[in-house]
Amino acid sequence: MGIVNALRRLSPDSRNTLVAVLTGLVAAYIAYGIWDFKATAVLGFMVRYSTPLALAAMCGILCERSGVVNIGIEGQMLVGAFVAFFGATWAGIVFGVVAGVVVGALLGAFLAVCAVSWRINQIIAGTVINILAAGVTSFFYRQGRTMKGSMPTWEIPLLKDIPLLGKVFFQNQPLTYLTFAIVIVLQVMLFRTPWGLRTRAVGEHPSAADTVGVNVSLYRYGNVAAGGALAGLAGALLSVEATGTFERGMTSGRGFLALAIMIMGRWRPSLAWAAALFFGLLNGLVNQLNFERVIDVPPQFIGMLPDVLTIVVLATFAGRVRAPAASGQPYTKE
Amino acid sequence: MNRQRVQSALLPVVAVLVAFLIGAIVVLADGKSPVRAAEAVIKGSMANRAAIGATLEKATPLILTGLAVIVGMKAGLFNIGAQGQLLLGSIMSAYVGYRLTVLPTVVHLPLALLAGVAFGAVPAFVVGVLKAYRGVHEVIATIMMNTILVNLTDWLAGGPWMQPDQAISKTPPIQASAEIPKVADLPVGFFLAVVMAFVVWFLLSRTTLGFELGTVGANRDAAHYAGMSVKGITVLAMTLSGALAGLGGAIETQGVVGRFEPGFNRGLGFDGITIALLAKVSPRAAIPAALLIGALRASSTQLQSIAQVAPEIVDVILAVALLLVAAPMIIRWALRLRNASGVEGVNLNTGWGS
Repeated sequence: MGIVNALRRLSPDSRNTLVAVLTGLVAAYIAYGIWDFKATAVLGFMVRYSTPLALAAMCGILCERSGVVNIGIEGQMLVGAFVAFFGATWAGIVFGVVAGVVVGALLGAFLAVCAVSWRINQIIAGTVINILAAGVTSFFYRQGRTMKGSMPTWEIPLLKDIPLLGKVFFQNQPLTYLTFAIVIVLQVMLFRTPWGLRTRAVGEHPSAADTVGVNVSLYRYGNVAAGGALAGLAGALLSVEATGTFERGMTSGRGFLALAIMIMGRWRPSLAWAAALFFGLLNGLVNQLNFERVIDVPPQFIGMLPDVLTIVVLATFAGRVRAPAASGQPYTKE
Repeated sequence: MNRQRVQSALLPVVAVLVAFLIGAIVVLADGKSPVRAAEAVIKGSMANRAAIGATLEKATPLILTGLAVIVGMKAGLFNIGAQGQLLLGSIMSAYVGYRLTVLPTVVHLPLALLAGVAFGAVPAFVVGVLKAYRGVHEVIATIMMNTILVNLTDWLAGGPWMQPDQAISKTPPIQASAEIPKVADLPVGFFLAVVMAFVVWFLLSRTTLGFELGTVGANRDAAHYAGMSVKGITVLAMTLSGALAGLGGAIETQGVVGRFEPGFNRGLGFDGITIALLAKVSPRAAIPAALLIGALRASSTQLQSIAQVAPEIVDVILAVALLLVAAPMIIRWALRLRNASGVEGVNLNTGWGS
């Protein structure tokens, strides 16, 4: 009876989440019971695919919750990946990752300058970042470098022994764990702390926030720079952790995918993470089916799958969800 | 000309000069000689008739993708999918060009161009519908469309439409009857693009449609209350934009490449954005902007061979120029400092809803 009462007290949102998580778990374990290692492979793919996307989506959430549209996530990720990799070839992986995050934050701050101080159209400012990132990283790209060291795999004691989930979630690399933590922390901070309340106020109704003494510009600067740092980290995750290399244009649209995931996740960190996992799952499934020749699809069609999915998802959700009201609007004190 | 007009016309020129200066510093930082790089650009883009022809060839699709972005921007839409639209137009014109064999030039050439125009318009139409009726932001939709169309054209050129007995994926060469000729080394396609710039200028500034497009771009609510169909114009503007990009692809196929080959037309769509902003969203100004970028692109081999500078330096220069142009023009717009140069036409939708 206590459980039923507790369920009743939950908000509809939390109840839906709970139902979704439980359904997912049951489905996963049924699949695991039948196919064993194939299910593990698909879910492993899901986590690897979704982690940089989730992190980049957190960047989008942080920016838009405070009223700035960040189309430049793609470019911030690309530069983050570039700096992190070449930093890692020069002075080790820790230095590389930190450098990637710092440069990401600088690009975030740059977007903030464009959007808040110079009042450039935010879509154009983001596009400038993207074009600049593609140009600079291609120009300074050097072939044949290798990193000093590589990311270890950390196994979490006890948790790693859980069948299926242990292998999927608790035998990962450091930045993947960091992403899990960031999602949870951001979810709590955004909805349970004064900072979160003020951030949301700045994104919804900046003049009201201003009236009660919140420094709108300061919040936008801080959050957009922090968002840039997350995008830089997502890039570092891609180059230093996931692939151990850098290639020209290696983010290949993930920054934009992240924006779709942010919208699908209704600007909430936990929901966006779920959306990223969902994307990862679908891609993992198709890859596995293709690998086993159950379906025989040319690689180009596999390549366009995330994009087709994104358009379908947006066509379904974008008109129905509500963005932070002041997202994209510059704020002028009156 | 009053002072303000001179200033606003000078802005892109100053932006480009500063961008070149920064480019020179980057080249210097890379340990290479900016003087040699400048020499390479001059040799590659204007030293002789062949070089000038190469510049015009490069500028041709750029004028059209620039126009594509301009038409979108006038209606408040940011089409960063000119790339994909150009690719689809390009491969469809190649298909019509090589597949139909018995047509005379007067029919075949325009038919292949038309195929490019029509199929450049198709994906843009889809994006327009998604934007107008489903509230999908066109920036995301066009980016996604780009990847989809790159993959689709790759598959077509390496699968069903691949030239047999070839190792690399590409379509067979187009028939001579579909080729756009060259007159004295100068590509005829370029002049077609110039004509289109004037057509678009006329359409945008001298017709009812152009007025409606501009009104929707400037203020959607006002357009709605004035009885215009905001959704219809959104779809139309997007479609028109895609048709222009598709024409660029068709001219590229029929006048330069002679077939479709994956990877031959990368980056043209993004240069279109730079051109639109350098031209301050004015169709006629797209011509000099495209010539400038065309000259830089035409000299990429020389940059590599004469100055040992990676040709990606051009992207760095263009990004800097873009930033410098974007910053003051929007500041002016934001501060409501009206000037006669027409930059107030840019009012991109930054929200996610419709």
